[in-house]
Amino acid sequence: MFAEFLQYLLSGITIGAIYALAGLGFSIIYNASHVINFAQGEFIMIGGMSAATLTAAGVPLPLAMLFGLAAAMLGGVLIAKFTIERARNASVVTLIIITIGASIFLRGLAEVVWGKEFHRLAAFSGDDPIAVMGAAVLPQSLWVLGVALVLIAATGFFFNRTLAGKAMLATSHNRLAAQLVGINVRGVVLVAFALSAALGAVGGAVVAPITFSYTEMGIMLGLKGFTAAVLGGLGNGAGAVVGGLLVGIAEALGAGYISSAYKDAIAFVIILLVLMFLPNGLFGKRGTERV
Amino acid sequence: MLGRVPVLVGLAAVIAVLPLVLTNNFLLNVAIIAGFNAVVCVGLNLLIGYAGQISLGHAAFFGLGAYVSAVLVGTHGWPPLPALLAGAAFVGVLAFAVAKPILRLKGHYLAMATLGIGIIISIVLRTETDITGGPDGMVVVPFEVFGIEVAGESMWYWVVGALLLLAVWLSLNLIESPAGRAMRALHGSEVAAETLGVDTTGYKVMVFVLSAVLASVMGSLFAHYLGFITPSAGDFFKSIELVTMVVFGGMASTLGAVVGAVILTVLPQFLTAFQDYQHMVLGAILMFTMVFMPRGLLPTLEGLITARRRA
Amino acid sequence: MSTAARARAAMTEPDAASPVPPAAAHAGPPILAVEALSKEFGGVHAIEDLSFTVSRGRIHSIIGPNGAGKTTLFNLVTGVYTPSAGRVLFDGQPVSGLAPYKLAARGMSRTFQNLQIFFNMSAIENVMVGRHLHLDRRLLPALFRFPSLVRKDREAKERAAELMREVGLGRYIDAESAAMPYGALKRLEIARALAAEPVLLLLDEPAAGLNATESREIDELIKLVAGRGVTIILVEHDMKMVMGISDHILALNYGRKLAEGTPAEVAANPDVVAAYLGTLD
Repeated sequence: MFAEFLQYLLSGITIGAIYALAGLGFSIIYNASHVINFAQGEFIMIGGMSAATLTAAGVPLPLAMLFGLAAAMLGGVLIAKFTIERARNASVVTLIIITIGASIFLRGLAEVVWGKEFHRLAAFSGDDPIAVMGAAVLPQSLWVLGVALVLIAATGFFFNRTLAGKAMLATSHNRLAAQLVGINVRGVVLVAFALSAALGAVGGAVVAPITFSYTEMGIMLGLKGFTAAVLGGLGNGAGAVVGGLLVGIAEALGAGYISSAYKDAIAFVIILLVLMFLPNGLFGKRGTERV
Repeated sequence: MLGRVPVLVGLAAVIAVLPLVLTNNFLLNVAIIAGFNAVVCVGLNLLIGYAGQISLGHAAFFGLGAYVSAVLVGTHGWPPLPALLAGAAFVGVLAFAVAKPILRLKGHYLAMATLGIGIIISIVLRTETDITGGPDGMVVVPFEVFGIEVAGESMWYWVVGALLLLAVWLSLNLIESPAGRAMRALHGSEVAAETLGVDTTGYKVMVFVLSAVLASVMGSLFAHYLGFITPSAGDFFKSIELVTMVVFGGMASTLGAVVGAVILTVLPQFLTAFQDYQHMVLGAILMFTMVFMPRGLLPTLEGLITARRRA
Repeated sequence: MSTAARARAAMTEPDAASPVPPAAAHAGPPILAVEALSKEFGGVHAIEDLSFTVSRGRIHSIIGPNGAGKTTLFNLVTGVYTPSAGRVLFDGQPVSGLAPYKLAARGMSRTFQNLQIFFNMSAIENVMVGRHLHLDRRLLPALFRFPSLVRKDREAKERAAELMREVGLGRYIDAESAAMPYGALKRLEIARALAAEPVLLLLDEPAAGLNATESREIDELIKLVAGRGVTIILVEHDMKMVMGISDHILALNYGRKLAEGTPAEVAANPDVVAAYLGTLD
């Protein structure tokens, strides 16, 4: 009984950590530019595909991951530079279509480069499960959790302790004021995309041994990341992390105890309930419209 | 902007003349599918373009209509027309039930909620294998009404063409009526519309239900036309495709929605020539049109023409 | 039929069966009564324990320094905000908590301090939205273009054009609202609010950002509207204008009532001079 519960919980936290990274990516970009980046899942895909295909070609894993990271960051910066930056004053829907266009483009590019097949990436430290109080933990789960923890901590450090991070936060609160005190607000958007891409790509690489890598792997992961970000209150980084973990855990428990066929629906049922009853997410600020 | 009458006459002329060029069943088939998409987009444009409420889950209503028809006709032996109406009623009630709580949301939150509803419905369609046949889909018999069977590309072409004209006529009528102006006003300023007596929630719900029912009716007919329906007719990608057509063609432009639907239905057929590069090209076209023509194709062109005329 | 009675007739809600018969409306209670009204935002009191009444057919002004709570008060009266405590009576009926569109149906209309134009519509369409309550608002007649609807719509368009000319926007009748200058948009909001045929019109800084000439024209316009029996509540910073046209003035400071009375009384009140006039240099 308990072992079973623990098993579900652990797998939920593992996948939840990836949702958390994706959600954090959504939040960072949203803060910098008020754009919901539907290409966030594609950064995860680029990370996963690079790691899988390059290691298969004999490239050492760390180097393969580094390549995926660089590729995703480059993609992110190019999207920001050539589309988002030029469409600043476009409506919410137009911006959404632009990032959807970007995600279709990146997926198409990935199909050309890597093909549509599934690629397998070997687990980083073998496949022998570790027994924890009756539940079995894959070593790769520990990699996912460890890496996610480090990335989240580093992101937190960046935004709260470094000047560049504080400048980005300032820009999200008041773009004009930030500009007046000499912050390069256009640079902020580029950095936000690069940072989100980096989080996604590394997340994709560490989760690839669990999910397999294929060009469409990013779609659901990205959408769940969006759910996580909204659950935590759009623009609230810590909220997105908690939201990601909650979505992952709820999904794993729901799949285990209720219905595995409806696993993918659970995140969306949760988010609908939250939006209906707490329109600003779990940790979002409650605002009054000013007229 | 073009007036009501020129738009209707022009569209009717194009629909009438087009079969002269569409000389084989493949081309007719592309035109028919473009027509289906166009009708759904005209409805969706009322919601997104005119009332300013985004929906990233609209294909679910199309898919639900298709499946209600498929199941009632196929499994329960209903005649197609009552099945279509039952589908429309079911979707109408469902859309009404979800509309009120979710249309209080704005911007990205509304996008998330409609996306969620769309995904949940498409997962249900894929998972309830006993009813829907699951991912393999269902066979659907041809549409038949009053003993007349709608069959063959040519007949379907005229049916869909007539429906498109009807949808455009209804849409143009609505946007130039008090209800339509109320709907556009709440897009411009919700609080101002309210203080002028517009029940903004009521009109949002109304246009959401209207566009959902239209999608459902077209979904039902689409199932009969194809003779086959799979859950992909109502999934996330189809929803995104529909929104993209509306935004690409031009928000708050009825003809723009039609043009967007036609171009983005036809374009991928030509892009198959690029084979592997198809998605890249499609993605690039989307990104760059939206960056350089954020208002969409038709309004941008109209703007250029008016500017030239004035100069 | 009086405008008030027509506004009543336009109501579709069950509470339309008001205990006050339309005939009594002209005598009876003040058109607006605010009783012990409070509104707080996250612990800050924007309006605190405020009471006052507005009698029919006059020009009432609300003055006070920035942040005194004037716009918040407008939002409370028109139903945009819900009060934290206290209540608002419109025509003797408690209306707190009613949606703004229901208040509009009872004859309340307003303009906004920061413009709330429907920029996605043409100028005349903006004014036509103001006629909303007087037109056929149903879906089916609209979809199928019922002749009765088309006829009333044509009349509404003529009425809207007439109103635009009245407020001095004759040359913008065919304009897109997005292409109009600021001063014209201020008038467009007034025309739009008037199109609803209100019994009570709330104007939030109608002269803000206008030059002296434009300001004087707005001044005349307000007097013209008031002369037709529409009660006006005005929030305005232009003291010359306020002192010139108001029958009654309410001075606010920090969300509380500072003084109340005729322009002369308020201007002579030492608290007002200290809190408000004193800040003008």
